Amino acid sequence: MSEIVPGWELTVGLEVHCELQTKTKLFCSCANTFGSVANTNICPVCLGLPGSLPVLNEQAVEYAMRIGLALNCHVEPSIFHRKNYFYPDMPKDYQVSQYDEPINRDGSIELPSGTTVGIERAHLEEDTGKTSHMGGGGRIHDADYSLVDYNRAGVPLVEIVSRPEITSPEDARAYLNELRSILVATGASDGRMEEGSLRVDANVSVRRVGTTELGTRCEVKNMNSLRSLGRAIEYEAARQVELLEAGGRVVQETRHWNESTGSTSSLRSKEEAFDYRYFPEPDLVTIAPSSSWIEQVRGALPPMPGDRRRELTAAMAKSNPDLDASSYQDQIVTVVDLALDGLVVGAIAHGADGRLALARGANEAAARPDEARALSVEAFVELLGLETSGKISATQSKAVLTEMLDGHGAPSEIIKKLGYEGVDADALGVIVDAVIAANPNEWLRFVEGDERVAQFLLGQVMRETKGQANGKLVAEAFGVRKSR
Amino acid sequence: MSDTTRMTATAIAAAVRGGELSAREVASSALNLIAQHEGELHCFNVVTSEVALAQADAVDEKIARGEDPGPLAGVPIALKDNLCTRGVATTCSSKILEGWLPPYDATVVTRLIEAGAVSVGKSNLDEFAMGSSTENSAFGASKNPWDTSRVPGGSSGGSAAAVAAGFVPIALGSDTGGSIRQPAAFCGTVGMKPTYGLVSRYGLIAFASSLDQIGPFSTTVTDAALLLEAICGHDDRDSTSLRDTPTSFVGPLAEGIAGLRVGVITDFLSDADPLIVTAVRDAAGALASAGATVDEVAIPELMSGLAAYYLIAPAEASSNLSRYDGVRYGLRVDGPDVAKMNAETRAAGFGPEVKRRIMLGTYVLSAGYYDAYYAQAQRVRTMVANAFNRAYERFDVLLGPTTPSVAFQFGAKIDDPLAMYLSDLYTIPSNLAGHPAISVPFTLGEAGMPVGVQVFAPALGEQAMFRVAKAVEDAQQAGCRGPVELSAGASR
Ligand SMILES: [Zn+2]
Repeated sequence: MSEIVPGWELTVGLEVHCELQTKTKLFCSCANTFGSVANTNICPVCLGLPGSLPVLNEQAVEYAMRIGLALNCHVEPSIFHRKNYFYPDMPKDYQVSQYDEPINRDGSIELPSGTTVGIERAHLEEDTGKTSHMGGGGRIHDADYSLVDYNRAGVPLVEIVSRPEITSPEDARAYLNELRSILVATGASDGRMEEGSLRVDANVSVRRVGTTELGTRCEVKNMNSLRSLGRAIEYEAARQVELLEAGGRVVQETRHWNESTGSTSSLRSKEEAFDYRYFPEPDLVTIAPSSSWIEQVRGALPPMPGDRRRELTAAMAKSNPDLDASSYQDQIVTVVDLALDGLVVGAIAHGADGRLALARGANEAAARPDEARALSVEAFVELLGLETSGKISATQSKAVLTEMLDGHGAPSEIIKKLGYEGVDADALGVIVDAVIAANPNEWLRFVEGDERVAQFLLGQVMRETKGQANGKLVAEAFGVRKSR
Repeated sequence: MSDTTRMTATAIAAAVRGGELSAREVASSALNLIAQHEGELHCFNVVTSEVALAQADAVDEKIARGEDPGPLAGVPIALKDNLCTRGVATTCSSKILEGWLPPYDATVVTRLIEAGAVSVGKSNLDEFAMGSSTENSAFGASKNPWDTSRVPGGSSGGSAAAVAAGFVPIALGSDTGGSIRQPAAFCGTVGMKPTYGLVSRYGLIAFASSLDQIGPFSTTVTDAALLLEAICGHDDRDSTSLRDTPTSFVGPLAEGIAGLRVGVITDFLSDADPLIVTAVRDAAGALASAGATVDEVAIPELMSGLAAYYLIAPAEASSNLSRYDGVRYGLRVDGPDVAKMNAETRAAGFGPEVKRRIMLGTYVLSAGYYDAYYAQAQRVRTMVANAFNRAYERFDVLLGPTTPSVAFQFGAKIDDPLAMYLSDLYTIPSNLAGHPAISVPFTLGEAGMPVGVQVFAPALGEQAMFRVAKAVEDAQQAGCRGPVELSAGASR
């Protein structure tokens, strides 16, 4: 366990809310889309009008099962509860959520570092609407009035609750990043934190090294990126340590992360916390997926990021057995996160050099992952082959790849267009021989070891080939003739 | 124009379908009677004359075109004012919903329109169906047409009174703890609560979701069966709606009751009014004469039902009624912030009984009390259902009183909630178990007021239940059922 401040240990549990990209909402047939005109995707059910009743969306259940199975959970018969509290953007003034009988239980995530974090549960629930406070400072207390958009009300969410087993801000970030990759891989979520389709809360506590009992935790909300998650945990842990070292105590409460000040502040204490008065939702029935449905969903899951990293690592080891795996682990994580591993593994399988394929994947391709995923393996292999064989230089190869990402065609066409065609070996040999014949004195000096004339001879070849020749190949050609 | 207000729904539908009566004639006849007597009875929160005439004309046009106008062609009906009707005010007799116009019809309303029924108005109820007398209506109580100094019962008192007055031959109510059967007994009408899930709840404004069922009022058992046929059956919009349920209830009535085993619930005879106990015993005797095997059965667990009900129903109600917060529809009383606006709106919009049940329900679900109250009540609920089901191993149906007394005077119980709650002692167990039950007028009791006898059946046992109810009806005392004579002075 890492010590964030000497003598202290950190414990973090993360609660991640993930919007499912189902066609319709959780309990009605309204479209589940982001960015529509306010209050256009609504109906009596998601508005909670008197007399309306919920009907469960089967696709949402399947997506929840995909997530659970991808997180190594058990899928179990489950029920919904009502979580009761008043809030204007919650149409029924209760949220339909799963409580003590969730659909997915007891799973785990293996981080790229090899650390395993337990998953307590991953349950289904409905999202709330969205309130905008108008006038004043845009905060609730000084607003002139508030507007509510119910388009999001009833959008299906899966809440993934980790066990309190994360022990550093880095692991928290790695966990969230890995979870996001898994969610995207299942097809259940687009994983976009910036649009709010992935939202994270952190339960943070500290304890003195050597103690076994967990410290009092605070729940930190409002982190909008991986980076702010790490910063918020660091700040909150330091705050708690400082408080405890000064003889104070941590109060269990909910705290708000402020990105611009880089600090957390109290939202509400445990005493002010709502009593949600959970009870089983009488308008819905038990969800009991058959074992054949569960197995069908499990069987249809694509390989998860962990499996794909292992596959890529194995391909690398085979392609470049002399390389130390730790030297390219970060590149593997990047490539898999961006779902570029199919391209890279495919290229290696077709004979491309592993180190080169991975480097191009983790850099140039990773800069534009959407376009890179659309590349054909054949085109990528062709490009890498041209670079390996020296037909084009590394700089040229990167430029060609950029053009390929722009959709400007196959590598050969781009090379022709950019004038990187080079000169084939036979033609180059003729030109090299001609240059030697035309410059006998210089050639003699070169053979005697005068390196300065090497540049001159190369320049002559380049002039003859209008710069198309590959410098490395020209040097090789001179070398071969020198040793004859 | 002929007066059709004393005809049964079965007779009206037959005459309209056969071209002997027009739906417009029938609707006008009903609207005329309502116009004359609604002032003294207050059965309705709104009388929808225009809707009724338009629906009647649509039926007549269908007939003119040679199309099937449906099994309830031209039959006037009253709809309890907790059933959503598109564009027609639906209030639950609460100020908090006053003026709200639902943008959709309840599934039962859609099915009634398809069946050719003609909706004449939204009938009064205890606010949000919480009560046994309609005295909790925010818009004034309905009167019992037998004696306007007495309550019609509740919560579906407006529907019961409208049928008893002859305003309509049939009506819909909702029954959470007896809200159809108790007013039916008080008003001398038939009133039936179906198996939970037999009738869609979509568009029924919830009181206690796990207990609520919509059901028919009528003057005869046959009409109740006919109305149930029109509204029952699976609905994709209600997740608790059952699939593959029986659809025919009128036809099996002809089978009689020979060989059916009837158990008289003795626990329900110890505290009831002596004339009511006599009525139940007489009805049992009549069933035996008609060929049933009759025996007594003690089911003491049923007596625990009331206590469990008054924990479960308020718990669900406290949550169901949260949405009336002034944000989206209905009443809004402004306040300095949202929480104050919510509180002010609810303080002004809900009546005292609704507030009492919200408080009670909020309390029993609170952290630290859930297990002692709500969870315990659910165990009692299971116990009640199991006890019923054990009895149904020996009996096809059970028999008992509907209420402990006949309709009481206005004001008699309104200040004593516990006394009021006891009116539902014999009806609540069926709601807890999700079983069907029906109240049939059998005789006249104290003060010449009607007495209902209740027939209970296991889940989806409606057919046997109706057959036995018909046999009770066949033995009923003349003059014990509506419609009553409404003369110049309806009060007697
Ligand atoms: Zn909707």
